[in-house]
Amino acid sequence: MDYISIFFQYVGQYLKTRLTYRADMVVEIFSDLLFQAVNLVFILVVFGHTSLLAGWSKDEMIFIYGFFLVPFSIFASFFNIWDFTDRYIVKGEMDRILTRPVHSLFQIVLERMELESLFGVITGLVVMFYAGSNLGLEVSWYDPFIFILLVIGGALVYAGIFISLATIGFWSDSRTDIMPMMYNIGNYGRYPVDIYNKVIKYVLTWILPFAFVGVYPSSYFLRREEWYTYAFLTPVVGLVFFLIAVTLWNVGVTKYRGAGN
Amino acid sequence: MGKYLEMIRIRFLMMLAYRTNYYSGILIYSINIGAYYFLWSAIYGGKENIQGLSITQMTTYIAVGWMARAFYFNNIDREIAIEIKEGKVAVEMIRPYPYLNMKMMQGLGEGIFRLLFFSVPGMVIVSLVFPVDLSANAETWIYFFISIIFSFIINTQINLLAGIATFFLFNNDGLIRAKRVVIDLFSGLILPLSFYPMWAQNVMGYLPFQGISYIPSMIFTEGFKGSQVFEGLFNQAVWSVLLIIPVYVLWTLAKRQLVVQGG
Repeated sequence: MDYISIFFQYVGQYLKTRLTYRADMVVEIFSDLLFQAVNLVFILVVFGHTSLLAGWSKDEMIFIYGFFLVPFSIFASFFNIWDFTDRYIVKGEMDRILTRPVHSLFQIVLERMELESLFGVITGLVVMFYAGSNLGLEVSWYDPFIFILLVIGGALVYAGIFISLATIGFWSDSRTDIMPMMYNIGNYGRYPVDIYNKVIKYVLTWILPFAFVGVYPSSYFLRREEWYTYAFLTPVVGLVFFLIAVTLWNVGVTKYRGAGN
Repeated sequence: MGKYLEMIRIRFLMMLAYRTNYYSGILIYSINIGAYYFLWSAIYGGKENIQGLSITQMTTYIAVGWMARAFYFNNIDREIAIEIKEGKVAVEMIRPYPYLNMKMMQGLGEGIFRLLFFSVPGMVIVSLVFPVDLSANAETWIYFFISIIFSFIINTQINLLAGIATFFLFNNDGLIRAKRVVIDLFSGLILPLSFYPMWAQNVMGYLPFQGISYIPSMIFTEGFKGSQVFEGLFNQAVWSVLLIIPVYVLWTLAKRQLVVQGG
């Protein structure tokens, strides 16, 4: 119960700090929109020159991208731990976190949230509805529930991968550029995996399962039955990767030695 | 002149001290290029060429675009923003050299470092893995190098503008991000401008962004032929000069506006 009330208190404080620089917040939301538009423009321009991409049509690609935006925005709002090593380990901020009676990972999630990224959920839904109506997709009464389940699964995949990478900081505080690299690899998951060669496809499915954020879950809504098994594995994969990450975190915290001050 | 050379040298040496960070950078860029390679192979799907570019030229275009980016890209917009926010800019402004020139020279030092330790080895690795076509024509290389120097100038001037905007906005992370996205899209880094619909190409023709990536990459892949090369270089030269005006005006206004928030 306490966790929920702490969460909302943090949200309240967060909004206050953000509203100090209103102009900047508007520009930031706008730049997020621009960023999402770039990827759409890419798809649109490319399909100006071809009608099918490895058997997927333009609207299907747009739909996959729209779906991808939803779990990705949720991840981006709450799991800004790409600079965890620099911010918490090297500067010794972790000391402060550990003196408080709330789970350390939860505190970091709260401190680093960026709620304006949630705007991407709306963009994603708009894009999906646009592409979906072009494709004439039918929506059953249970589809919204499956959608929520698959979105949570996708967000957990992202969170799991990034938390696991952040825990490296507990063992080694040397600087690595592995995080931005992961953001780049994450982009592979937005496109149908059949365009890649076998090795990349395997990696994107089982090792860094970014395909479970975009193409696999979307294929359920696109009624691509050959991918249904993968689509329904999404929540399972999400949960497994997230649990691995939390376990790594809990072990890692015990290895933490204050590096700062 | 001597002091500027010294600024370039110092920044170069600073970057050299942290060079291990760059090996992973090469990997990041290679992964990016790889993603686009597979994507473009799927897009071509057997077609000989699209908009006059073959698949090999397209791969080369993407590869050289990203490697040239390592040279012209810098974070001086962010550095200026931080120096303004922390109030350091007040001290910088009383030093016996123009602040903006110093920033530009630091950017150049960084660029030269990345060109030597990042782009060159990166290009070697990429051309081993992917079917990249490096021109044997010496003239192409010379024009390409002239062209990326202009890329650097144009990109740096735009960065200066974004950085100086902090004087008026106080916090401009959003603006800096928006600028980066606009440049990625309109400079031709992710898509050659010739792929866009005609009306969009016409609009972009009036913007400085094509001089950042599209022109040098087209020169390198020999997608530009004959007089097109010179038209491209001329376009870049004009923008390099024109952009001095807004930078100067904004800087003059900014100095009057200066509010030191901290320090």
